[in-house]
Amino acid sequence: MTTLSLGGGRVIPAKYVPVLVTACLFAAMFVVGGIRYDGFASGQVVLNVFIDNAFLLVVAVGMTFVILTGGIDLSVGSVVALSTMISATLMAGPGWPPYLVVPLVLLIGSGLGLVMGYLVHAFDIQPFIVTLAGMFLARGLCYTIGTDSVPIEDPTFTAFAQTRIDLFADLWISPSVLIAAVVVLVAAYVLHYTRLGRAVYATGGSEQSALLMGLPVGRTKIAVYTISGFCSALGGVLLSFYMLSGYGLHAVGMELDAIAAVVIGGTLLTGGTGFLLGTVLGVLVLGLIQTILSFEGTLSSWWTKIFIGLLLFAFILLQRLFSARTRP
Amino acid sequence: MAVPAPILRMSGIGKQFPGVHALDGVDLRLLPGEVHALMGENGAGKSTLIKVLTGVHQADEGAIELAGQAVAFGSPLEARQAGISTVYQEVNLCTNLSVAENILIGREPRRWGRIDWKRMRARARELLARLELDLDVSAPLSSYSLAIQQMVAIARALDVEARVLILDEPTSSLDADEVGQLFRVMRRLKEEGIAILFVSHFLDQIYEISDRMTILRNGRLVGEYPTRELSQVDLVAKMIGQELAALDRLHGEAAAFDRPLVEARELGRPGAIEPFTLTIHEGEVVGLAGLLGSGRTEIARLLFGADHAGGGQVAIGGAPASLRTPRAAMSHKIAFCSENRKADGLIPDLTVRENIILALQATRGWTRPVPREQQDELVGKYVKALRISPPNPEHLVRDLSGGNQQKVLLARWLILEPRLLILDEPTRGIDVGAKTEIQRLVAELSDGGVAVLFISAELEEVLRLSHKVGVLRDRRLVAELPNGPELTTDVLMETIASGGRA
Repeated sequence: MTTLSLGGGRVIPAKYVPVLVTACLFAAMFVVGGIRYDGFASGQVVLNVFIDNAFLLVVAVGMTFVILTGGIDLSVGSVVALSTMISATLMAGPGWPPYLVVPLVLLIGSGLGLVMGYLVHAFDIQPFIVTLAGMFLARGLCYTIGTDSVPIEDPTFTAFAQTRIDLFADLWISPSVLIAAVVVLVAAYVLHYTRLGRAVYATGGSEQSALLMGLPVGRTKIAVYTISGFCSALGGVLLSFYMLSGYGLHAVGMELDAIAAVVIGGTLLTGGTGFLLGTVLGVLVLGLIQTILSFEGTLSSWWTKIFIGLLLFAFILLQRLFSARTRP
Repeated sequence: MAVPAPILRMSGIGKQFPGVHALDGVDLRLLPGEVHALMGENGAGKSTLIKVLTGVHQADEGAIELAGQAVAFGSPLEARQAGISTVYQEVNLCTNLSVAENILIGREPRRWGRIDWKRMRARARELLARLELDLDVSAPLSSYSLAIQQMVAIARALDVEARVLILDEPTSSLDADEVGQLFRVMRRLKEEGIAILFVSHFLDQIYEISDRMTILRNGRLVGEYPTRELSQVDLVAKMIGQELAALDRLHGEAAAFDRPLVEARELGRPGAIEPFTLTIHEGEVVGLAGLLGSGRTEIARLLFGADHAGGGQVAIGGAPASLRTPRAAMSHKIAFCSENRKADGLIPDLTVRENIILALQATRGWTRPVPREQQDELVGKYVKALRISPPNPEHLVRDLSGGNQQKVLLARWLILEPRLLILDEPTRGIDVGAKTEIQRLVAELSDGGVAVLFISAELEEVLRLSHKVGVLRDRRLVAELPNGPELTTDVLMETIASGGRA
């Protein structure tokens, strides 16, 4: 069974179903929130979810590339923290200008990803263990730079961070949202319209086959970890816009949030199946849970984790049932 | 008639793997516009030779010339770019991608660096039309049957300017019509001047399509012969190095069996197999005949507890039994050799000994390891009895040929001394020699009182071995026929076709 028929005789391909389920979930949460709480059902609530999670979205985009090849990148949270730390320290201490600091940070993040990707490919090591090592390394580097939170006071940087981009009808977004949106669009284009993107899917579908079909599997694997490293560094820059500080304890556990978002977005952890749109929806669902809890007011923030946990269980079960039905 | 200059010439190819001399001084030449069959038993070195040619492995010695130029391919990609395309035995495509992508990935038509999906789909349709196929090219490949996937793999191989096309057992999963279709395509390509290297275990197909053949045995070259000058009997003799005893019926008649071992009553599983009733007696070989997907494997899986039954009962030795898990079935001494030896059975990175001992160890539990001495004795016995080659129990299973892997899997179950042995396509994709050995073994086992459920797509084989044949059609057991002189493949085919109503 590769198609699912809906009422009215319309048929949608099976590959879109998980994304559709996530979209329905998001819509349902929004509607329920709108009924329960005053002032919830407004466009700005959705935009705030974007504003508060722009960095997570960017990190999750990189994670999507890695998971699509059947790999995993545990280092993203630490690389985010390292990026905030390097940016803050370089701007505070030697007083480097942001237009030098930001490219440098992006370069460092990509470099770390490149090295991890190379290790995964050249020595055929489990990505789990390579990126676990990368996670400890990056987090450790944060503390060698400094153990305290470093505030960012560079005027250009803070001004940019606090800019409000007004949309129509009193709605506004931050520049981070714009950057995240550009990242999502570029990534979607790369995945769908370039050879690299298709090689990512092929590698995730069957690495052996991809190799025998003459695809550059090694280069693809190195590329996805580099992309993930770049996205983590960019996520780190966006987080420093959001926090206006660099700290070794920023983004603890963010790798897990990113993985959760990707999985809830319908991408299979075994690789080869999934869409970037799903990841965007996954991040939105995670963000909306937090928003609902803050509207609720009485629940502690740990409930976020509980809901994410339950959702993950539900989605993994769903994927399992689904793939069992499509591949008898 | 003068022979045209070969497009490809391999000479003195040698290749060693740890402990195995896979190839030793092998020559091969391919002429343009000819279908060249590469013949040999499993383990003769056919696959290794192809892998050396396509750059998967590097040759230790010898030279390869393509159109007069010395070449050495470092990867399959380089070989393809030089015009050597391969379709492997197992379909090596990405089933998560669309049909069009599988044909064209790596060579997608692009505009400004952007993949032009519209042109890509059109090009894919064009290539498939050359194979007389009309598919929805944007559907995922996983939605098509294995046979269609094979055709897609060939379409992919054809897209490049192929000068040499290697087809490594492309027909093992195709039905007669599809084979005919493939052969039409091969003839057309031949006329275009492409040299085709064809590997198949079906001798009839070899004689139908090939012009010339090269025979290998134990990694050495036996010789190159024009197909029409070599009779089938001579070919087989050259392949196995000895005269092949005639394959006669190992069991002529339905003998009387009175001690039922396994009785299934109205056993069924919705969506997999309609409720069926089947009795297997001690020492009886029950064959299951039917088309692919007719429910043969489903019956085997139910009897082994690999799937849960939706209804019905099973009695073993007269007492009702519950076969809810393979472990439960194993405790009743039921063994199951699955169809897919690579995926479900063998662990390629363990040795022959470890693979054989696995099931025995599992029944004893991990707290009671099988003593090494006993292991060596048991394994030695079965390696000898089944003529597993190379006869070294410490060899990695990965390095064995398909037929020998199948024997290792058999040995694993035989060591448990099963009362019912379920064999699902035990002879698929293995050569004549190993096939006869496995068939003899089945006959011996049944003489020793073991019941065998034998599943095979080859009706002759089913007839040769079985005392009783169950015929399946559309997931239903439609007939149960005692074997005898009046039961022929024609009768079986008619029964399959008519659904047993006649």
